[in-house]
Amino acid sequence: MVPFAGWDMPVEYSGISAEHMAVRTRAGLFDVSHMGQIEVAGKNAAAAVDRVVCSDASALKIGQVKYSGLLTPDGTFVDDVLVYRMAPSHFMFVANASNVKKDYAWISEQIKSVGDAAAVDSSSRYALLALQGPASREVLQPLTGVELSDIKPYWFANGEVANARATISRTGYSGEDGFEIFVPPNMAERVWQAVLESGRSAEVMPCGLGARDTLRLEAAMRLYGNDIDESTTVLEAGLDWTVAWHKTDFIGRDRLAEQRGAGVGRTLVGLEMIDRGIARHGYPLMQQDRPIGVVTSGTQTPFLKKAIAMAYAPIELAAPGTEIDVDIRGRASKARVVPLPFYKRSRK
Amino acid sequence: MPYPTDLKYTKDHEWVRVSGDTAAVGITDYAQQQLGDVVFVELPDVGSTVTAGESFGSIESVKAVSELFAPLTGEVVEVNPHLKDHPETVNSEPYNTWMVRIRLSSPAASESLLDAAAYEALVKE
Repeated sequence: MVPFAGWDMPVEYSGISAEHMAVRTRAGLFDVSHMGQIEVAGKNAAAAVDRVVCSDASALKIGQVKYSGLLTPDGTFVDDVLVYRMAPSHFMFVANASNVKKDYAWISEQIKSVGDAAAVDSSSRYALLALQGPASREVLQPLTGVELSDIKPYWFANGEVANARATISRTGYSGEDGFEIFVPPNMAERVWQAVLESGRSAEVMPCGLGARDTLRLEAAMRLYGNDIDESTTVLEAGLDWTVAWHKTDFIGRDRLAEQRGAGVGRTLVGLEMIDRGIARHGYPLMQQDRPIGVVTSGTQTPFLKKAIAMAYAPIELAAPGTEIDVDIRGRASKARVVPLPFYKRSRK
Repeated sequence: MPYPTDLKYTKDHEWVRVSGDTAAVGITDYAQQQLGDVVFVELPDVGSTVTAGESFGSIESVKAVSELFAPLTGEVVEVNPHLKDHPETVNSEPYNTWMVRIRLSSPAASESLLDAAAYEALVKE
């Protein structure tokens, strides 16, 4: 167990590689109750949410989910969040554990000018379990009356799981199909056990933070605090697709529009190591003994069986195929720029 | 896993199998459990000298990278050639996976290492 944002979290149950492979080939179950929830409700909730996120919240249908940036006026990240539209005037953010308090304060302050909308930190009302992997639907279906095949990716439905009231969301942080299940905290253990029981023949494995990190990295999903933070803009992070440019007014828009016009100086790239070793968070990218960038996340992936990393590199070195040196504990080690994501599941 | 009694141990969680004036060195079962899945083992070249208590290489798992500390002083006479392609044997068979063999400059120095009982006590602290 390790302390993580005030929570005691298991890094691994049976080994990062085994858990990682379970999710890629069958399914794995994660307790991600540390994730926070902030809800915004009121007559002007849609306008309030649209002010604080860069994606188009008003365009969401009831039951739809969108990945988005919660931005500073500089177009950098206060946090990255999933936005759920629960009702016409009721939204929920799922936020990073370490940022919940900051996000709540930020959102509350920034929506004041919109009026007729209020934010609530409802994190303590939810436990969150994530069942991820190709077998997820067949494992979860026997436990719920909700027809899971009717929930499209990035949509959710309300119902029950193992007789517990639940919101079932077809989302995740692994690059696989899967479901995130919001339940009342006092029901979490029951649902956890029920899912493992239902998944016995499919050999569903409990998975920890370690596999969660290697899985999301293969899928090139950004990790707040590593790959994005208050010093990196949406465009530098390669998350242009989250920006609803047609929205004329959201926090950070002016700076992002400027940067879009001028072009970014650096960008988040994928790296594959050519030399042996793992490029880890914080290691510098080098050119003739001069630091030119920094690794934000890196690992040896159990599925692809390669050492991969994400790093901020100067835009002129960002083209796939470019070779870059990484300073691995004092040794210049060669890596090659590759397209992101490293892993993309085949969709039927 | 028991602590083999024919081995000596260090507080840095290495084991040492002394035979004559050479010693094979690996890491303990406890160490591999703490590291998790091992993906690289970085070892010195044959012929190089290692010094007791100083780093002689590194071991990298998916989670983290850790230094390897030489339990005894001497010259590296052999490096396990299988570790390059099969680092995972450190996890599956920690006490059968030696990393280097050292010709000891002072074979008697191994007397000062921990025995199995003392190492077990250290781990259980």
